[in-house]
Amino acid sequence: MSVKYTKDHEWVRADGDAFVIGISAHAAEQLGDVVFVELPDKGKSFSQGDDMAVVESVKAASDVYAPISGEIVEVNQAIVDEPAKVNEDPANAAWFVKIRPSNASELDGLMDEAAYKEFAENS
Amino acid sequence: MTDNLKTTPLNALHRSLGAKMVEFAGYDMPVQFPLGVMKEHLHTREKAGLFDVSHMGQAVVVGPDHITAAKALESVVPGEVQKLGIGRQRLTVLLNDAGGILDDLMVARPVTDGRLNIVVNGACKEKDFAYLNEQLPGNVKLERFDTRGLLALQGPKAAEVLAKHAPDAASLRFMSFAEMQIGDITVVVTRGGYTGEDGFEISTWGEDTEKLAKLLLADDDVESIGLGARDSLRLEAGMCLYGHDLNEEISPVEGNIAFTIGKRRREEGGFPGADRILKELAEGPTRLRVGIQPAGRAPAREGAEILSADGEKIGIVTSGGFGPTAGRPVAMGYVATAFAKTGTPLQLMVRGKPIEARVADMPFAPHRYFRG
Repeated sequence: MSVKYTKDHEWVRADGDAFVIGISAHAAEQLGDVVFVELPDKGKSFSQGDDMAVVESVKAASDVYAPISGEIVEVNQAIVDEPAKVNEDPANAAWFVKIRPSNASELDGLMDEAAYKEFAENS
Repeated sequence: MTDNLKTTPLNALHRSLGAKMVEFAGYDMPVQFPLGVMKEHLHTREKAGLFDVSHMGQAVVVGPDHITAAKALESVVPGEVQKLGIGRQRLTVLLNDAGGILDDLMVARPVTDGRLNIVVNGACKEKDFAYLNEQLPGNVKLERFDTRGLLALQGPKAAEVLAKHAPDAASLRFMSFAEMQIGDITVVVTRGGYTGEDGFEISTWGEDTEKLAKLLLADDDVESIGLGARDSLRLEAGMCLYGHDLNEEISPVEGNIAFTIGKRRREEGGFPGADRILKELAEGPTRLRVGIQPAGRAPAREGAEILSADGEKIGIVTSGGFGPTAGRPVAMGYVATAFAKTGTPLQLMVRGKPIEARVADMPFAPHRYFRG
């Protein structure tokens, strides 16, 4: 599966039998310099659209929402230790969490790369 | 841009530099430039930043002579205005009858007798000027300088940069001002600012503002700085932002800016809300603005509740965020006076969870003013 996006600017893509989640380059740029990241605990479950993480820039705090329902199986401590990584490589190294989906069909409702690109340009 | 927003003389320049524009105080203002808030903040503390503060309210109080004008202004502020020296500026506050702060403002005494220059906050200027017009006696008038521009050049390189164009700027003392000439542009230069750094505020006619800004920006040491970094710089400097850290309910004693109340005024009173303010000076206020150092890395922002170590609600955060120079979150807020001592442990409610914090000395980044 290729990468999918939400209207709240999270991305999600398959990673083994889980899905890895992050925020888009567009979102990272809009936020500006990230200075703080709070991630959920491993083992916690979320429904699609729940706020599950917090990312803060010098300017403001923003919620990061669960793009799909499921259980957190891994979190990226590296971005908690070094929040600036979110600005450096939001699409890869600065992933937020890995989630084991409870309803993978939710992915069908998300945008593909081309649709998100158009959405982000107009938002 | 929304049609009904006002613009400063630098609007076109900001846009040409790629600024992200937002509404502030009814003006279309740059919140950040392509450098970004963090680098703009650090650049200002390392070299020099240029800020457009033309949205602020510049005006002059004009009376028949200095004492008449000063007494008129002293009827609404608790500052010592009568003994303000020629060429000197000071911070004071506009008070309502309950001793609450309507605005904080700069008062400066120019050479011309009977005139007092004032600079008020952009967001308050209509309210302030209406109040002054109502309060000033018939022989003292308020003249607004709506078409003047105001630039702030702040940072350790500010004096060197400005002195290339206006050599007299180098010897100007903190909170002093003088008229100077930069080429064919006449400017009023005041040493001071809102970042805690050495620097200047430069007032000029609207049509000259862009030319002056371009001249200063041509220097390698100078970058354009937006409102985002202006806010993080003043927060680290421990300075109040009106409407957040000060408001109509808060007195200057509670706001921890009692230095705005002159010595003679403490003895004589005779300013709005003097009963309350003199009582607070004598007995201590019930709440006090303090610096707050969160223990971890999570910033606590405006509106976060402050609890005592025992979990009792004792106050509220009025400004907070990440301090780029401090390298950690910093905040200020009001606490019940019993909890105002430096080092007192606090808890801040951030997203429903308590985080550890302590009352901290301000500023969070040392002031580096030029005192001559």
